[in-house]
Amino acid sequence: MQTETLQNTPSEQVAMREIAIRDALREAMSEEMRLDERVFLMGEEVGHYNGAYKCSRGMLEEFGADRVIDTPIAENGFAGIGVGAAMMGLRPIIEFMTFNFSLVAIDQILNTAAKAHLMSAGQLSCPMVFRGAGGAAYQLGAQHANSFEQFYANTPGLIVVAPSTPYDMKGLLKSAIRDDNPVVFFESELTYSLKGPVPEEEYTIPIGVADVKREGSDVTLITWSKNVFLTLKAAEKLAADGISAEVIDLRSLRPLDTEAIARSLKKTNRTVIIQEQHEMASYGAFLSHHISTELFDYLDAPVSLISCPDVPMPYSKALEKVILPSEEQVVEAAKKVLS
Amino acid sequence: MDQDLIADLYRQMLQIRRFEEEAARLYTERKIGGFLHLYIGQEAVAVGALSVLEPQDQVMTGYRCHGHYLARGGNARAGMAELLGKATGCAQGRGGSMHFYNVEDNFLGGWGIVGAQVPVSAGVAFAQKYKKDNGVTLCFLGDGAINIGSFHEGMSLASLWKLPVIYIIENNQFAMGTPLERTAPSEDLSIRALGYPMASATVDGHDIFEVRSAVHSAAQRAREQKLPTLLEIKTYRYRGHSMADPAKYRTKEELEAQKALDPIFTLGEKMDSLGMNDLREKIDQEIENEIQDAVQFAEESPFPDESTALDYAYVSYNYPS
Repeated sequence: MQTETLQNTPSEQVAMREIAIRDALREAMSEEMRLDERVFLMGEEVGHYNGAYKCSRGMLEEFGADRVIDTPIAENGFAGIGVGAAMMGLRPIIEFMTFNFSLVAIDQILNTAAKAHLMSAGQLSCPMVFRGAGGAAYQLGAQHANSFEQFYANTPGLIVVAPSTPYDMKGLLKSAIRDDNPVVFFESELTYSLKGPVPEEEYTIPIGVADVKREGSDVTLITWSKNVFLTLKAAEKLAADGISAEVIDLRSLRPLDTEAIARSLKKTNRTVIIQEQHEMASYGAFLSHHISTELFDYLDAPVSLISCPDVPMPYSKALEKVILPSEEQVVEAAKKVLS
Repeated sequence: MDQDLIADLYRQMLQIRRFEEEAARLYTERKIGGFLHLYIGQEAVAVGALSVLEPQDQVMTGYRCHGHYLARGGNARAGMAELLGKATGCAQGRGGSMHFYNVEDNFLGGWGIVGAQVPVSAGVAFAQKYKKDNGVTLCFLGDGAINIGSFHEGMSLASLWKLPVIYIIENNQFAMGTPLERTAPSEDLSIRALGYPMASATVDGHDIFEVRSAVHSAAQRAREQKLPTLLEIKTYRYRGHSMADPAKYRTKEELEAQKALDPIFTLGEKMDSLGMNDLREKIDQEIENEIQDAVQFAEESPFPDESTALDYAYVSYNYPS
């Protein structure tokens, strides 16, 4: 899936070009930095190295070292600096090379950034973005393959966004930078090179709005982040078998677009959730609970949830593929809820 | 010596002392919930340090925050009301004892996770430098905070990026119930600055004028050279770590020896020796009235309305879904 081109929602008479996700992210950050001097980018390798995944290529040259700031390896330190700067009215973008490393900074995210507004009764706020790659890539081993959405999505005070396509990445990152709340923004190592249509013109995508990536009438497949692509492929396979699957890309995890889910479920009455988390206490488990209680009357089958089995990610590719969700699993689960 | 200054410092320290004594009383009456960490004994540190700041300077501290709040101009009524969880509190009953705020006067609050305020304060100083507002940031922490990772990461980045921040370790000798000798290999905490590196000094926290002088130099370094400083200010808390702590880990003699150096008593004696007895007695009475008024205000204030329980989770929540 790394370099292929995707169809996406913006299809009207807008001037489009095909760009990779890393460039969509760079455009979002650069455009916002041109518009607003309070915005700056801080993280490991974001400047001279152009970003560990080249998401900030050329930004140091354009904006200078005062606004594109290379840090030592000290996530708690620079995440905390971002939080303090945000309290003072700046709009930091804090890049984690991957969210695996956000755990050493998680106190600053969950217990400082997310709580400043409440504890001060509105005197303080943290308008900032924590962004970086989440989830597994190819054979990174157990410590570098984590999907940690649940920590952030479980914390009031935070906004959590996990888009999939270049178009969504750019539009949502711009909205995240403009948002007055702290936003956790998940990307994927595997899709930085993935290209898709992105308008030349400026645009934003509102936070909290899911996107139907494929329309269908028999079953609703709900997912987010890079598993949208796997799910779209599964939907094609299902179509070949005569099953019409609708694919919902949540894009935002907190807030959740409950209306989009309801609209689809009222049509299909069956759903499969696809996630890269372990099932227990996961985001997908919450979704399943939400659907099972709020949309119970519309369900013709129990909610199906595809998760990673309960084991830290093993290294070997032979084992990794057993752990991660697969197209076959999605096809099978969809058929099962339809049987 | 400037008599107005002496009177002002005495007034501020006494205000904190009496505020805390009344808070302790209200806690034993179960009108204050949760944790209550008192600042009694340490008053010369907050008052001395904050007395040399400029209005644009920022102040942040840990959870033992009442003294810094008051010394930075925080209102005693709003502070006492916060302790009682009232709507009129300085955080409208959302913060509590550990989380006082008065952002209007650049007091950025009381933070509850040990050491977390060290990088965050560096971020405040980063913003001051970024905005070129000529401000400096004062960050208070306890001696219990100097072994946690965030302390080292914050210090290291403050030094690397030449941030106008002053770190004040209020060394009150105990990290909760554990004496310093069991948590730090050297009793000189200022040497921690050497590795980052940054300027440092050890200061007698019983002597408010020594505190002022050390913080003044550090503020000058921060303002003019954009360089951080680490100050270890030796002080002592008379009460336990919190009201839940009877402090059985130290002797009565040790406590009495420290009380003999009490900064408020010492400054009061100085006032008397300068013939300022009448003024001192007037201040004593004024502070007594102010604190009693604060208690009455807090007790008579309403609790936050239940309908507001979900307020302040987000700055704005105008999302389509």
